[in-house]
Amino acid sequence: MALLSVEDLTVTFSRRGRRPVHAVDGVTFSVEAGATVGLVGESGCGKSVTSLAIMGLLPRRGADVGGAVRFDGDDLLQLSPNAMRELRGREIAMVFQDPQTSLNPVLTVGRQITEVLERHRDMRGRDADREAASLLDRVGIPDPNRRLKDYPHQMSGGMRQRALIAMALACKPRLLIADEPTTALDVTIQAQILELLKELVVDSGTALVMITHDLGVVAGLCDTVHVMYSGRIVESSDRRSLFAEPRHPYTTGLLASVPRLDSPRGVPLRPIPGSPRDLLPWAQGCAFAPRCTRRVDQCTAVAPDLLPDPVTGHALRCYNPWPPGGEAVAVPAPIVAEPIVAKPAVRRARKKP
Amino acid sequence: MLKFVVRRLLLLVPILVGLSILVFAWVRALPGGPEAALLGERATPERIAAVRHEYGLDKPVYQQYVTYVGHVVTGDFGQSIKTTRPVLGDIKVKFPATIELALAALIFALVLGIPLGFIAARRYQTWADSSTIVGSLLGISIPVFFLAYLLKYVFAVKLHWLPSTGRLDPTIDIPHPTGFYVLDAIIAGDWHTFVDALRHLILPGIALGTIPLAIVTRITRAAVLEVSNEDYVRTAEAKGLRRRTVDERHILRNAMLPVATVVGLQTGLLLSGAVLTEIVFAWPGMGSWLYDATFNRDFPVLEGGILFLAVVFVMVNLLVDVSYGVLDPRIRLQGK
Amino acid sequence: MSVAESESVLLLAEHTGEEGGSRLKLAFRQLRRNPVAVIGAALILLFVAVAILAPLLAPYSPTHGDLSNITVSHVPGPSSKHWLGLDLQGRDELSRIIYGARASLLIGVVSLTLGATLGMLLGALAGGFGGWVDSIIMRLMDIMLAVPGLLFAIAVAALLGPSLRSVMTAIAVVNVPVFARLLRASMLGQRESDYVLAARSLGVKRRKIIIGHVLPNSLAPVIVQGTLALATAIIDAAGLAFLGLGSADPSVPEWGRMLTDTQQYLRTAPQLALFPGAAILLSVLGFNLLGDALREALDPKLRR
Repeated sequence: MALLSVEDLTVTFSRRGRRPVHAVDGVTFSVEAGATVGLVGESGCGKSVTSLAIMGLLPRRGADVGGAVRFDGDDLLQLSPNAMRELRGREIAMVFQDPQTSLNPVLTVGRQITEVLERHRDMRGRDADREAASLLDRVGIPDPNRRLKDYPHQMSGGMRQRALIAMALACKPRLLIADEPTTALDVTIQAQILELLKELVVDSGTALVMITHDLGVVAGLCDTVHVMYSGRIVESSDRRSLFAEPRHPYTTGLLASVPRLDSPRGVPLRPIPGSPRDLLPWAQGCAFAPRCTRRVDQCTAVAPDLLPDPVTGHALRCYNPWPPGGEAVAVPAPIVAEPIVAKPAVRRARKKP
Repeated sequence: MLKFVVRRLLLLVPILVGLSILVFAWVRALPGGPEAALLGERATPERIAAVRHEYGLDKPVYQQYVTYVGHVVTGDFGQSIKTTRPVLGDIKVKFPATIELALAALIFALVLGIPLGFIAARRYQTWADSSTIVGSLLGISIPVFFLAYLLKYVFAVKLHWLPSTGRLDPTIDIPHPTGFYVLDAIIAGDWHTFVDALRHLILPGIALGTIPLAIVTRITRAAVLEVSNEDYVRTAEAKGLRRRTVDERHILRNAMLPVATVVGLQTGLLLSGAVLTEIVFAWPGMGSWLYDATFNRDFPVLEGGILFLAVVFVMVNLLVDVSYGVLDPRIRLQGK
Repeated sequence: MSVAESESVLLLAEHTGEEGGSRLKLAFRQLRRNPVAVIGAALILLFVAVAILAPLLAPYSPTHGDLSNITVSHVPGPSSKHWLGLDLQGRDELSRIIYGARASLLIGVVSLTLGATLGMLLGALAGGFGGWVDSIIMRLMDIMLAVPGLLFAIAVAALLGPSLRSVMTAIAVVNVPVFARLLRASMLGQRESDYVLAARSLGVKRRKIIIGHVLPNSLAPVIVQGTLALATAIIDAAGLAFLGLGSADPSVPEWGRMLTDTQQYLRTAPQLALFPGAAILLSVLGFNLLGDALREALDPKLRR
């Protein structure tokens, strides 16, 4: 059984006097213990809302959540708020996008780590301090004992993100959700943080859901990748196959719009025309159709289903995908170098095509 | 931090000098002199001249100012023309009375306002929230003296629950080492007096505290709404902390920053309101004292009293800024 | 005008004009749907109408009364002839309340106009010129703000002697530093904003930027503060009248003074305190309700 399985998850935001917004519209995927899964898409595609729904962090008023989120067999959506509080931070943890704003400015970093230890591991006083220091050490913060007494504003962005990761991993959770953990950081720091995440999840066997708009992040880190558009998954595959044979026009569009070091000079980038705002409601056809270069009549009549692709084995939501290998799109340079540490058996098995 | 305080104190000097000139000029520009108020309209020119000479009012104005500053710097505020009591002695009695009243009002405002604002923010856009908003708007719209009348009429005149005037039952006589009657009663170990002093504080405290209550409620509500949407609150929730911990440690502590500033700004409002409240409740404080002095043209009282209040006012603001540093490490650790 | 300059001005006009226009329109639409704003506007309208139409509305003279029915222990309360009863001089209470609106409105509007104009002038000078002009003006304002508002007003009113004019002057003076600071702060904020930087980088003249863009965009907080300051002005005027610093002629109906007069009669004729108090409360509430709704409508940060 999968550690996490999200089944037909829907999130609808409704506000008085406005049309309800289907931010997540029937998303299904699962995460095996110790595996790394990527959710990829432009901002507004529903990937962050999906993660907040899993965590039970959506506002209770105005957000309507449907479907099921099974973690270790239990449906998290049915749990009481208090039961969910017991789980959060201990079994499932999360790292957010912006380390500048995600730490409480009036508490020391140490206090913000020990409060998790107090809550879930019943550690107090000096024990908690010692553990917090060793956590900071593990995420690569030098001089951890002194850093415990620092306030967030005394740390650099990269260090804050390390501290946030330390907090998330304080209780050795079985699942870590990272929502664009590197977007707000400098490029050089990005690689370090991804490296760190990779190392930590491999060491502790924690499963990782990586949410990103950046295919470079996915390329170096994830076993399985789900590409989302307008609240639905449009293509799912294991990583190698996705980059080798992208099929959905949106996936190829994402790949083609990433600048690459190894492409010949003068080859222009091809951004996807339009913006995610130009979308069609799924009820009226494929949401990507207005921006799609391979649109056929059917696309604007009935929305395609997510079906297994007989050629590549991807799950695919498209009537007119690119032929496999037709549009040669190479893998973008991964932000993290290829394996540097031994991977657990599960992952290695899935790597081999 | 120390540098910050010293710099702020230095900035006060020009303000205080300017203010002392302003007060000095004002007092001398008031229509009619103290002699008129003191001696009545039928005083003989000789008597008037004698009084003017006694208080140095016959000297050139700049000389009067120099004498005045010289005295103030040495802590000599002169004596009241009307009562001939030393001004500083009167301040020692009147000031604690006003502060006791203002503190009662502030405590009333904070103890009620912070929870009310917090609850309103939690119930954002429900009837509880709307009625808090409307209630707070009513609170800032009601004139202090009218509210004082209403309270006095209902709770003192009609229901006889609480006393309507003064600080203490006139039959009670205890020593007043601090001038804060509640504190004095505790020092004297006199339970009966303690209760009586508290009972006298309730109505004027509520009257004076209602506007600050309304403002504290609104600011708390706005701050809690804003802080609740901060990323670090989401982080705290993601850690699975208990709701109470999230509320107290993460939301309220940060929401208190703007509340602290606003409480500092209330000082002026409290002093203004104190004049009116003290008059309605016959509370023997600075407000009614200075007010009487204005009508008596009691120069030394006005010069001393207003300058003293202004010093207190700016010091409180400084204190608030310092407390801001205590609450917010980003300010405390500046330049480190 | 150079090409670059005209282009930048066009760009700016588009930016500020469209933004400002749609923002105002949006704010107005939001106001009309907001019950708080509607009730506030209705109260203000009622208050203004009563003040203007006082001679038509008042059933009796506000200054002449008949003392024959008044004794120390008995002041006639509401009746069919005198809806709100008689006051201590046997005058019709309702008529006095109606005429009292005049003094309140007059003081509020005149003192606010004076104070805000002078304050904004100083604030614009400080914010526009900066440097030592700014320093001198703002230190002066600091000194004025170092004295609590009502105390300051009492001081000024006492200096000028009891009259409506001195009350207006006093409240106007109190408002000066408030508006000076507000406009200056708002202008400084605007000066640092991206579109001003854009204009500056394109070489638009400073005066043109300040008059054409910074000032108009700094006015939203001033409008809000103006509404709220009217409320404060009415309350302060009532407070001054309550303290005996209002009109020199005690027969002129003023709400604040009407309350003072009844202090000794709280036991026998509480209605004489209730009616003028309620009149002050309702008129002030009107401005506070509208001001609050305005602030919410004009501040996009508060819009959720």
